[in-house]
Amino acid sequence: MRRAEFVMAVVMALVSLYLMWKSAELPVGWIPDEGPGGGAFPFWLGAGMLVCTLWIFLRWFRRTSEVSRSSEAYFDGRALTLFLIVGGSLTVMIGSIHLVGVYGAVPLFLAFYMRFLGRHGWPTTGAVALSTPIVAFFFFEIALNITLPKGLTEPLFYPLYDIFL
Amino acid sequence: MEVLNLLAGGFAIAFEPLNLALVVFGCAIGLFVGAMPGLGSVNGVAILLPMTFLVPPESAIIFLAALYYGAMYGGAISSIMLGIPGASTAVATTFDGRPLALQGKADVALISAAVASFVGGTISVVLFTLFAPPLAEIALTFGSPEIFALMVLAFATFIGLGGDDIPKTLFSIFIGLAMSAVGLDIISGQPRLIFFGLPGFYHGINFLVLAIGIYGIGEMLWTVEVSRGKMSISQATMSLRRIVDGVIGLKSSVKTMLMGSFLGYFVGILPAAGATPGSLMAYGVAKTISKDPGSFGKGNVDGVVAPEAANNAASTGAMLPMLTLGIPGSPTTAILLGGMVIWGLEPGPLLFVEHSDFVWGLIASLYAANLFALLINIAFIPAFIWVLRMPFTILAPIIFVLCIVGGYAPTQDMHDVWLMLIFGIVGYLMRKLDYPLAPAVLAIVLGPLAEPALRQSLLISNGSFAIFFERPFAGVIMVIALGLLILPVLQKIVRYARRSA
Repeated sequence: MRRAEFVMAVVMALVSLYLMWKSAELPVGWIPDEGPGGGAFPFWLGAGMLVCTLWIFLRWFRRTSEVSRSSEAYFDGRALTLFLIVGGSLTVMIGSIHLVGVYGAVPLFLAFYMRFLGRHGWPTTGAVALSTPIVAFFFFEIALNITLPKGLTEPLFYPLYDIFL
Repeated sequence: MEVLNLLAGGFAIAFEPLNLALVVFGCAIGLFVGAMPGLGSVNGVAILLPMTFLVPPESAIIFLAALYYGAMYGGAISSIMLGIPGASTAVATTFDGRPLALQGKADVALISAAVASFVGGTISVVLFTLFAPPLAEIALTFGSPEIFALMVLAFATFIGLGGDDIPKTLFSIFIGLAMSAVGLDIISGQPRLIFFGLPGFYHGINFLVLAIGIYGIGEMLWTVEVSRGKMSISQATMSLRRIVDGVIGLKSSVKTMLMGSFLGYFVGILPAAGATPGSLMAYGVAKTISKDPGSFGKGNVDGVVAPEAANNAASTGAMLPMLTLGIPGSPTTAILLGGMVIWGLEPGPLLFVEHSDFVWGLIASLYAANLFALLINIAFIPAFIWVLRMPFTILAPIIFVLCIVGGYAPTQDMHDVWLMLIFGIVGYLMRKLDYPLAPAVLAIVLGPLAEPALRQSLLISNGSFAIFFERPFAGVIMVIALGLLILPVLQKIVRYARRSA
C-alpha cells in the first residue's frame, strides 16, 4: 500500500503538471473586458491538483494517512490475477469492437467470462451470450435508432435493416 | 393552497399511462439494483441513463427518480437476507437486520424496513413539496456570484463533512472540474485541453463517461475483488397474516421512524452527506434515545427502522437543492442533473417557472413511486430473494456490456468508450488508496455551470474576489462554506487540546 500510495501521488503530480502546461496553450492571464482567459480555469485547477499531490506526498512521508501506514499488499496474488483477467478481457472486448463490431465482441466476452471465470455450463453460457446481443439489437438499433459499431460484420446486417428499418 | 393546485396538476401528469408504467417499472428495477450487492442507486442511474433516450425527457427523469427510490428500498433486502449491504446506503440496516434474520425473523425485518422506507419517503416528499417552491423563489434572485458561492458550498461540504482524506478529496474535486473544462472554451470558443490532439476531446468529456466509468466499470472491478467469498441466504416465510402482524408490531417504532425521517431529510440536503451518513446517524440517534440500547446490534427492530426511514428521506432531501438551486445533494442526483442538462431541462429556480408542469409531475410521481415501491417490495420479496441467488459471474459480465454500450450511446464515439475504460480502471486503483470519487463526479457535472459563473462574476467585479463576499446571499453562503473548510482544522485543534489537557 505504501509504495502504491507514493507511485499514485507521483503519477498524479505529473498529470497535474501536464494539465497546467496544456492549459497554458490558451491565455491564462486577465484579458481586459473579457475577464480571465480561456486557460485560466483549468490552469489553476491543475495548480490546485499539484498542491494536493504534494500534500498527499507530505502525509505519505510523515505516515499520517492511513494507507501510507498500511503494510497490507496493494494487490494480493489472487486479486491481481482476477483484476488482470477482468480488465484485460474488457480491453480486448473494446478493442475487438473496432474489428468485429459490438455483435461479435459482446458474445465472445460474455462466453469467456461466464465459461472461464464463472465455470457455468455451456447451456447457460450460450443462452446469455446469444440473447444479450439480440436484445441489444432491438433496443438500440430498432427502438432507439442508435447504430452500434459493427466493424467487419456490417454486411451481415443488411438483410436485417431491410426487414426492420 | 396554490401548492395543492399545482400538486393536483402534477398528479394528472404522473398518472398518464406512460409515466405511471415507468414509475412501476423504475421501482421494480430500482429494487433489483438496490438488492444486488455492489450496485446501488448511483450505479443504476448512471448505467441506465443512456437507455432512457427511448422515452421523452420528462418521463425519463420520472423513471430514474423512481429507480432511485426503489433502490433505497431494495438495499435493505440484501442487508437483511445476506448480511451484505446491497448499497452503501443500507450499511446501517445490516447491524440489526442481519441478527433478526439469523433469529428466524427475516420477515419482520423486511416488513419493518419496507414500512419505514415508506414513512421516511412520504414524510420527506411532503417536506419537499412545502420547501421547494419558496426556496426556488429565493433562488430566482441569484446571479452568477451566488451560483458560484453555492458550488463552493457544495464542494466545501465534502471537505468539512465527507470524512475522507482531505488532500485526496480536494484532488478529486479539482480533477473533476478540470475534466469538465475539456473541449471548446465556452466564452472564447477556442479548443481547449485537446490531449494528444485526439479529435474525440473536441466534444468534451461527457459526464456519463466518467460516471459510468467509476460507478459501472470501477464499481464492478471493486465488487469482483471484494465478493470472492460465498454468501449464505437466510430463509423468509411470508404470509398475509405475518405481514399484518409485522405492521401492527411496528406501533412502538413510530417515534424512531419519525426521527429517522426528519434527520435523514435534512442530512440528505447536504451534498457530501446524503443517504449513507444519514442512515448511520439515524441508527446512532435511535440507539441513544432507546430505552434498551443494549439490544441494538442483536436484532432490535428500531435498528432497522431508523436507518431505512432515514435513507429514503435523504434521497428525497438530495433532490431539493438539485431541483431548486441546481446543486445536487448526492452523487445520484448529480447524475440526474447531468441528464436533465442534456435534455434541456436545466435544474434551478427557472425550472419551476418555465417547466412548472414537469416539476410538479416529478414531485407527484415521487408520491406514487413511494407507494409502488412499498407494494412491489412486499409482494415480491420471494422473487427478490430468488434473484439474489443469481451468480455474480452472470450478472457482472452483463453489467460490463451494459456499461460499454451505454457509454457509447450518448455520443456514439468509440473514443468515449476507451476513455470510460481508463476512468474505470484508474478510478478503481485510486479507490483502493482511499481517494473519494464522488466529488469528481459532482465536479464534472457542476464544472460547466461553475466556470461561467466564476468568470462572469470576476468580469462584473473587474477581477476582484471580494464580489463573493459583498453581496448578501453570496456572502452568507461563502462564510458557511469557509466555515466548513476550516471545520477539520478546528476538530484537529480540539482533539489536540484535549489530548494535552
